[in-house]
Amino acid sequence: MVDTTPRGLAAAAATMNRAPTRRSGGASLRVLARRRSTTAFLFALPLLAVVGGLIVYPGFYAIYLSMLNKAQTKFIWFGNYTFLFTRDSFWMVVQQSVLFAVTAVFFKALIGVITAHLVNNLPAKGQRKWRGMLLVPWVIPLSLSTLGWWWMFDPTYSAFNWAFAQIGGPHIHWLSEPAWARFCTILVNVWYGSPFFLIMYLAALKSVPGELYEAASIDGASAWQKLIHVTLPMMRNIISITVLFSLIVTFANYDVVRVLTAGGPRDTTHVFATWAFLLGIQSGDIPLGASVSLFMLPILAISAVFILRGVRRRGREI
Amino acid sequence: MANVALRKVVKKYDRTEAVRGIDLDIADKEFIVLVGPSGCGKSTTLRMIAGLEEVTDGEILIGGDLVNDVPPKDRDIAMVFQNYALYPHMTVYENMSFGLRLKKFPKAEIKSRVDHAAGILGITELLERRPRQLSGGQRQRVAMGRAIVRNPRVFLFDEPLSNLDAKLRVQMRTEIKKVHQTVKTTTVYVTHDQIEAMTLADRVVVMNAGTIEQLGTPHDLYHTPRTKFVAGFIGSPAMNFVNCKLVEAAGGGLSTRLGNGLTFKVPPDRTQRYKSHVGRELLFGLRPEHITEPRGDLRPDCQEFDVTLDVVEPMGMETMVYFMVEDTEVCGRVNPASAGAPGQPMRLVAELGNMHLIDPQTEAVI
Ligand SMILES: Nc1ncnc2c1ncn2[C@@H]1O[C@H](COP(=O)(O)OP(=O)(O)O)[C@@H](O)[C@H]1O
Ligand SMILES: [Mg+2]
Repeated sequence: MVDTTPRGLAAAAATMNRAPTRRSGGASLRVLARRRSTTAFLFALPLLAVVGGLIVYPGFYAIYLSMLNKAQTKFIWFGNYTFLFTRDSFWMVVQQSVLFAVTAVFFKALIGVITAHLVNNLPAKGQRKWRGMLLVPWVIPLSLSTLGWWWMFDPTYSAFNWAFAQIGGPHIHWLSEPAWARFCTILVNVWYGSPFFLIMYLAALKSVPGELYEAASIDGASAWQKLIHVTLPMMRNIISITVLFSLIVTFANYDVVRVLTAGGPRDTTHVFATWAFLLGIQSGDIPLGASVSLFMLPILAISAVFILRGVRRRGREI
Repeated sequence: MANVALRKVVKKYDRTEAVRGIDLDIADKEFIVLVGPSGCGKSTTLRMIAGLEEVTDGEILIGGDLVNDVPPKDRDIAMVFQNYALYPHMTVYENMSFGLRLKKFPKAEIKSRVDHAAGILGITELLERRPRQLSGGQRQRVAMGRAIVRNPRVFLFDEPLSNLDAKLRVQMRTEIKKVHQTVKTTTVYVTHDQIEAMTLADRVVVMNAGTIEQLGTPHDLYHTPRTKFVAGFIGSPAMNFVNCKLVEAAGGGLSTRLGNGLTFKVPPDRTQRYKSHVGRELLFGLRPEHITEPRGDLRPDCQEFDVTLDVVEPMGMETMVYFMVEDTEVCGRVNPASAGAPGQPMRLVAELGNMHLIDPQTEAVI
């Protein structure tokens, strides 16, 4: 970040003044360099280059791609999109993606809040240990840990079915019945993503002044009322931001579905990323794949605007 | 409205014993101030009354009921915190009404109580604001308002004024006093500032290292401190302490020999009290305000003496003069017009009717 406080700028300007300038053009360069906006721009330039190269260019290229025909020889405007809208399988993927992302994020946030509370109430000594252990799902490469889950869901070797069998439970076809397969993909995603919410909420919990809880105790609040009237309102911003962030990431999730079910049975667990991969890479229609993956963009962008606006407003309140 | 009683209350943290057996009876409607240096256990005591800390040993009674195991919300108390502890996401109205809303009071009742409290505190126009939009003094009032609307049996204050600037602190002190005179709720008030204690309290509890040094009215503490600690803690600037030897005076009676050839006669009415200590090395205590410039006729309990001034501090209304007795610096409080210059001799008057003698071993006032 560029220090734009008056003192920081003065210091920067002083340093620049000391630099000897011999060439005739030096004076005007120096004036340029001393201007606040120029300095800021120069400092930000490497970052801008990275953003431009890695985000803006591929982004626009994807939009461009999604408007080509399958052979990429003709520009067909929104042809791919209008084609998709007529396909039932596309709407099934939309439904499944929304179900997958919304349910998973809801449970990640819920479990995050609950575990954060539990960990926060642990004595300070044991807390680090628990925090470390609870972070494990988040730090293992997702495709690897999903393989582990896949093994536990496996039709013949399923650890879960074995356990159920011990207590006389039913034998479940985890990954071959659509409803269970959907459940499993969401479960693994929740398992993987909850620790992120845990650490964010734990940090937020620690930043709520203890006096507020004491004041609430004296005001007559029960533990539950403290949660509803003190903790959650104090954490609203962090909850909004984590939910937004997680929603974006979960909508784009690829690994879990790819490894666990590869979209099956009968395409019922496909989400945008896996379906785009299927259409674009495996079936060779890259423009169609690109238009699938771009479909969520406007929806997420609009919800991001609303969530961030709420965050800003509350930031001013508190 | 209720009385509060502490019976041999002890609080131990892991290693430290923060409160070491406190006995205290607080009458209904009384304003009690706990005062003492930082870390002496005032807040811990207050928080035990509030129920925010568990009592290690002893009993706490509110309105005659044992409350050791009663949670804060059922003690019917209200507390004002040093940092106000207002809920930042609620408006002033919501902050003040929070406790009542939790208790499911009717809306109209809540409104009339909040309006009444806001009226007392002069914050009616602020009810829709959020704490963030208030100044320190206004937040302080809101915190008090939150306590008042609950109409509790006991008010607890923990250093409520220490985050305010000096001028506002004096103003809010008066305000708190006024509120207490209006609502007359039993109040326990914690501060490290002895001036606050003296101005607010019906009775002051001076605490030191987890115990009560002395309990009494501000007047008692000022005029008849029982220990060196209280004598030195109450009053500003602090009382002067000088080593002395108590001897029989030539013409009968007693006198104290302070060194530098300075000898003060003990007032005759103290002779009986001090007689058994003759010949001992003691501490002589006299407040700066009892060392003045000569003012007209010398009263019988006063004695003139000459010193060489060391430091002179004009304060406006009065001037502090410092001089050395042996190697102890002594402070007097004189009229600015009569104060000399540093290094100059000056004649001062000691009002010995206000002197104290302290046993250096037990630190008790004799
Ligand atoms: N939660 C705690 N854990 C351990 N020691 C504490 C705790 N709270 C206070 N103490 C100790 O108890 C003593 C009294 O503290 P306190 O009542 O806060 O003093 P004060 O008179 O300044 O309000 C201090 O020595 C302090 O260090
Ligand atoms: Mg304290």
